[in-house]
Amino acid sequence: MVPGGKAAARNVPLLEVKNLRVEFPTRRGTLLAVDNVSFDIAPGEVLGVVGESGAGKSLTGNAIIGLLEPPGRIAAGEIHLEGRRIDNLPYEEMRKVRGARIGAIFQDPLTSLNPLYSVARQLVETIQTHLPMSAAAARQRAIDLMKEVGIPGAEQRIDHYPHQFSGGMRQRVVIALALCAGPRLIVADEPTTALDVSIQAQIIALLKRLCREHGTAVMLVTHDMGVIAETADRVAVMYAGRIVEIGPVREVIKQASHPYTRGLMGSIPSLGHRSDRLAQIDGSMPRLTEIPPGCAFNPRCLHRGERCLVERPELMPAGAGRAACWLHDRQGVGAPVAAELADA
Amino acid sequence: MTARTAFGQWLNRAADSDIWWSFKSSTTTVVATVVTLLIIAMAFLAPVIAPHTPFDPGSLSLSDGLKPPVLVSPDGDWTFPLGTDDQGRDVLSSIMYGTRLSLVVGFASVVVALLLGITLGLVSGYFGGTVDAVIMRIADVQLTFPAILVALLIDGLVRGLISSRRHDEIATFVIIGAIGLSFWVQYARTVRGSVLVEKNKEYVQAARVIGLSPALIMVRHVLPNVTGPVLVIATINLGLAIITEATLSFLGVGLPSTQPSLGTLIRLGNDLLQSGEWWVTVFPGITLAVLVLAVNLLGDWLRDALNPKLR
Amino acid sequence: MPDGRASQFIRIAGLKRYFDVSPSWLVRKLEGRPRQIVQAVDGIDIEIAKGETFSLVGESGCGKSTVARLVVGLYPPTAGRIEFDGNDMARRRSQAESAALRRRLQMIFQDPYASLNPRWRVFDIVAEPIRAFGLSTDKADLERQVGDLLRQVRLTPADGRKYPHEFSGGQRQRVSIARALASRPEFLVCDEPTSALDVSVQAQILNLMMDLQRRFGLTYLFISHNLAVVYHISTRVGVMYLGRLVEQAPTDTLFKRPKHPYTRMLLDTIPDLEMTGRQRAPVAGEVPSPISPPSGCSFHPRCPFANERCRIERPQLLAVEGGAAACHAIEEGRLAIEERSYAPPR
Repeated sequence: MVPGGKAAARNVPLLEVKNLRVEFPTRRGTLLAVDNVSFDIAPGEVLGVVGESGAGKSLTGNAIIGLLEPPGRIAAGEIHLEGRRIDNLPYEEMRKVRGARIGAIFQDPLTSLNPLYSVARQLVETIQTHLPMSAAAARQRAIDLMKEVGIPGAEQRIDHYPHQFSGGMRQRVVIALALCAGPRLIVADEPTTALDVSIQAQIIALLKRLCREHGTAVMLVTHDMGVIAETADRVAVMYAGRIVEIGPVREVIKQASHPYTRGLMGSIPSLGHRSDRLAQIDGSMPRLTEIPPGCAFNPRCLHRGERCLVERPELMPAGAGRAACWLHDRQGVGAPVAAELADA
Repeated sequence: MTARTAFGQWLNRAADSDIWWSFKSSTTTVVATVVTLLIIAMAFLAPVIAPHTPFDPGSLSLSDGLKPPVLVSPDGDWTFPLGTDDQGRDVLSSIMYGTRLSLVVGFASVVVALLLGITLGLVSGYFGGTVDAVIMRIADVQLTFPAILVALLIDGLVRGLISSRRHDEIATFVIIGAIGLSFWVQYARTVRGSVLVEKNKEYVQAARVIGLSPALIMVRHVLPNVTGPVLVIATINLGLAIITEATLSFLGVGLPSTQPSLGTLIRLGNDLLQSGEWWVTVFPGITLAVLVLAVNLLGDWLRDALNPKLR
Repeated sequence: MPDGRASQFIRIAGLKRYFDVSPSWLVRKLEGRPRQIVQAVDGIDIEIAKGETFSLVGESGCGKSTVARLVVGLYPPTAGRIEFDGNDMARRRSQAESAALRRRLQMIFQDPYASLNPRWRVFDIVAEPIRAFGLSTDKADLERQVGDLLRQVRLTPADGRKYPHEFSGGQRQRVSIARALASRPEFLVCDEPTSALDVSVQAQILNLMMDLQRRFGLTYLFISHNLAVVYHISTRVGVMYLGRLVEQAPTDTLFKRPKHPYTRMLLDTIPDLEMTGRQRAPVAGEVPSPISPPSGCSFHPRCPFANERCRIERPQLLAVEGGAAACHAIEEGRLAIEERSYAPPR
């Protein structure tokens, strides 16, 4: 599923994130929400970022778009888009980048659109902000986009207000809005979670098709492994603010290298077979204030050893991708240590 | 610091909490609280610390009348540091006793308004339908009248029904009731709004599945969750209640001159203003202003401090 | 497998619940607007045998949550009958009889944050049913019972002193389960108990619920929109669409040989985690508003097999292999039964 554009620019990643750190200063000390995260996205590629609540995936997406809510801030690291650094841009510059080069799709279509303005106005305004076009040309482009995202009767409905659309239709409008200025990258944060199951399938198919046709790369942030399986080329698994595994989607899902990913895949009920018990990982993801030293997953890991308690693993080659786990290191994990078992 | 008693643990948690930190970091609030506490202490210790008993006619002497404050003029006397009025009553002592009465009436009327407002708000919100409509219409009608007018109305009614001597005896209760009755509406509406939200939450449904009666559910489950915003309003209202009572007394329809509050004192001194004896009205006025300001600042802080939790 | 002729533990017949969402009388008269009724539940027949897990699935607005609340008595039905262990729930009863019945059925809710009173300690939350039904003799006994319940859901008795906000979502759901079990019920209605939880926490809670079912012989009515979860835990499954039951069957039958076109469509939307390369064929259209449902068979605007009759006549739930389905196309033999497999290719 490699889009055509990728071959031409294989060596220059569209998005490069290097050692990103996102912090929240509070009166009790500084909370580290995203801890030394690095990854690339190639042009036209779909990278899934998956993790459970509190893993830091949404914050990573927000940091890239430049929409971190204060007091959260990027404390360290760099973000490069098409070779140009964007994490330290002043507000005005970032505003131009947002929309023109990066589009955003959020979870709740109800709040993503301004209820007081018609869809036409919101689309035209965004188009004209980023592209030199007359109002008439912008409106035509907006109508074309609405047709592309599959809204019937686009010429009439474009003048409707958001509340006159159903949930699924609204999300299509949001997708149109994200694409209207022709961005190279879309950051989608849980784009289908608030929708019904049958609509989810439609929206996912739409997103895939559009991105392939426009050659747009997607950073798809979600907790839903099913969406990743169907849409992504590669997937990054986040845990406690760190990436614990990254690799081609098929390999990560079927033969994960990191114990957490394996546990996660095992807990998802599948239709392939029925068992008496779902495989479960005991315990729960640590709170930001209680992340253990060494490997963040070690209290819950059945394979842990002495090394895991003290040394924090970085991403290292494992299987077809990379995993942050000493099991894949030549020196191994050291002497085994029994896991502490406590339920979430 | 390990604390073995439950109270000690609670103190530890309180000292560590966000509210205490937000309190400590706002100088205005700390000052306002200290001032309020001082005034309250002064008022309730009045029988002990006041230099005179100005409302015991036996202790008065007309020859002490109209003495000016001690720092302002050579005629002043340290026995009467803030001066005296035309009857020889010490202004400082009058302020102490008067503040006590103002505070008592203020607190009590807020309590009356709270009780009435919370009960009606709970019932109105939980049962909805006709009950809700009736109560809210009454509230709407009452809101069209300014609170002072309502208090005046009630007070006037009672005066008309009872002889004036009897009235003096129960004046305090009448005033408390009148002010309380004029303020219940905003509590009721706030509580009703909160009840409408909480009513649909699943913990209330869980209680209904168990089969508890509506009254039990309202009191045990819903009530603890809707009182937050109400406490904030109550604190801010305290200042308003004190002012309302002062206004009523100033107008002559509040507390009688035998049990004067700060408002009455201001009225009594008002007549003397034209002859130049300003201290009789100005000092009670300053005390009233400072008290209400301090209480309002405290209420403001409380509203902001509790806000994130209310969300 | 339940014996169809044996007396069923729970029997629901012709259950209907309509909500009047009309604008007020004044507005209706002044603006000439009609009455508006939402037919949230429009004639449901379900039977659940003791010890089994019956799941109701459907998308939002299909009425499954309303059915849950009707069964538990939070709303009175507009029509129809709910029988619990042979007792008609609508019959007038004395306080004591009513309480004795209520004791035996409880509910677990979806939102772990709203289902526990934030001002109560966990101990009191779990103890409430015991106190309300008078099931405990004295304080020591009550503490013992609550402690046991907390241990059963893999919390500790010391957790009883804490407040709900000190727990995570999964732990709160455990408290909810402990509360539901406090009165030793036989029947639990579970309204999407894991939908708000992370996947790994969901696995823990589902395992817990299945363990408890085996241990105490519980019967579950499980509401969900997640088909994979339903596949894993159910004995039988019912599919709802716009207030009506369109199909019901034992789990394996429903998933491997779905009959109703809506069921097939729903199964098509399950993501392909086995990476079989199974094509999802998204069906066009969205769920219509329940205020003005389509005439005849409510699914006909989206159904590839609809004919004229489907537009006019509402289909009845008719027995088919292993279960029942409400579809004219099946009745008329126009629809071929297809076999599905979800296992990855070897």
